[in-house]
Amino acid sequence: MFRHFKGSKKRSRETILRELPLHLMVLPGLLIILLFSYGPMAGIIIAFQKFIPAKGLFGAQKWVGFENFIYVWNMPDSLQVLWNTIIIAFFKIVTGLIVPLTFAILINEVRKTILKKTVQTLIYLPHFLSWIILGGILIDVLSPSNGIVNKALGLIGIKPIFFLGDNAWFRITLIVTDIWKGFGFGTIVYLSAITVIDPNLYEASIIDGANRWKQTWHITLPGMRMVIVLLMLLSLGNVLNAGFDQIFNLYGPIVYETGDIIDTLVYRIGLINAQFGVATAIGLFKSVVSFIFISVSYFLAYRYADYRIF
Amino acid sequence: MIKDSRGRKVFLITNNIFLIAASLLCLLPIIHIAAVSFSSSSAATAGLVRLWPVNFTLNSYDYVFKRVEFWRSMGVSLRRITLGGSINMLLTIIIAYPLSKENRSFPFRTFYVWLFFITTLFNGGLIPGYMLINRIGLIDTIWSLILPGAVPVFNVILLLNFYRQIPKELEEAAFIDGANHWATLWRIYVPTSVPALATLTLFALVGHWNSWFDGLIYMNRPEHYPLQSYLQTVVIQRDLSLVGDDEWKDLMEVSDRTVKAAQIFLGALPILSVYPFLQRYFVKGIVLGSIKG
Repeated sequence: MFRHFKGSKKRSRETILRELPLHLMVLPGLLIILLFSYGPMAGIIIAFQKFIPAKGLFGAQKWVGFENFIYVWNMPDSLQVLWNTIIIAFFKIVTGLIVPLTFAILINEVRKTILKKTVQTLIYLPHFLSWIILGGILIDVLSPSNGIVNKALGLIGIKPIFFLGDNAWFRITLIVTDIWKGFGFGTIVYLSAITVIDPNLYEASIIDGANRWKQTWHITLPGMRMVIVLLMLLSLGNVLNAGFDQIFNLYGPIVYETGDIIDTLVYRIGLINAQFGVATAIGLFKSVVSFIFISVSYFLAYRYADYRIF
Repeated sequence: MIKDSRGRKVFLITNNIFLIAASLLCLLPIIHIAAVSFSSSSAATAGLVRLWPVNFTLNSYDYVFKRVEFWRSMGVSLRRITLGGSINMLLTIIIAYPLSKENRSFPFRTFYVWLFFITTLFNGGLIPGYMLINRIGLIDTIWSLILPGAVPVFNVILLLNFYRQIPKELEEAAFIDGANHWATLWRIYVPTSVPALATLTLFALVGHWNSWFDGLIYMNRPEHYPLQSYLQTVVIQRDLSLVGDDEWKDLMEVSDRTVKAAQIFLGALPILSVYPFLQRYFVKGIVLGSIKG
């Protein structure tokens, strides 16, 4: 007994020595995330203060409890902004699941390898360009005065539409252009799921007289079931992500009514109007709700789709 | 091989046409912008340009290339992607190694993994993040663009999952030969992971090249803007304060539209030129990351 204890103690010292390099490898990254990720989490206290920057981040600020939250609740636009965020995010999530799935199935039907590869190469491309580049392109091509889209619509007798400056069109423009950026890249996961389906299933179904449509419905789609369920669950985490990068570069005061979202509101209240406490309170609300949804989505994915992150 | 039915043939042709149309929809807007940038200002302003330059001219590019702001921000961007990209990769490589160990051989692993993973679930938000950068004096320095995102946690998770697929025998053989952890990482793990590392490097570089918001908020002086932040101010916000008065004469010969188009095209050019050659690396990452084993 004693010997064993002594032995294990000795071993543990060796273990510590042996593990030391492993700790050292984590250390630099650990310090960085402690400062730059956990540091701002501590800064959340700003949400409960009447924050005056001159006094410093952890200075003697005046505590105001939930006053900032009450202020936000009473703001005339806050509910509209919350609604804009949810509705835009919802349509982006739904189209972001369905459009790539459809394209993956259609691409899978293409027989000429060159055509297949070319299509894939081209539709992945917008994903790798920033919303600055794509926003600049969109502002140009969607211009009501000389943009090429409105010129083309003019040819078939449609009056110019101010896609980025008309509340009736702004949200739909956001959703369509978001599909444009992401649909191609979204097909990758589905296409890789199709490649792992057992080819014998298709051969057997052909002998049974199934046509291509029936094969898609009874073999391809069920074969992708797990991936579809997984992506659906994981997309839950995006309920409040309406897409800051895109909206910030496409919107203007004229479309705040339909296009202003939580993130853009936080930016304006915080960094433009310098109401730091109020902006932090709104940001905290978003972080907490997102945290709950992301955690639930990971848990469901773990439980029902056997998903392990690490 | 069973002969295609008539309906099947019609479907295949329609499908091909549809997919070609969708592909063109991704490419043509970029070609259109390029065509506008090479067109004369009068043709562009009148909206005559489609997919080919009208009255071909390089005036807009002359104008952009003469602007010191453009070159300065290009310089900031290049510094950012080399410095930021190498720091990202170094940290990813060394953090993923201990975290890829079994719990048995490195019990702290679980604790560390969670500590990193939590940062992807929850964050302090825009204002506390900004206040922190301000407080520790990183405003107007390149480090404000590099340090906050220096640990790309998702890439670390991707790489640690890749490390775990490397056969344990390789590592055990190295240990028997007297190698320590550090040597094992650089002589066994890194060479075996080259395809994954290539993809992650590309992601890190593209990420830094495309970032614009941090530059916009952490840099008070426009001469510190990386290219994408600079483009945000001149192409999206139309900030005329960045255009000096004496330059208006120049501006008369080229139109606002062609100059913007030229800058958009130049901003996209690095990605457009490497993309066709590195496409397989661009695409591999997501498959590595999203569905594993």
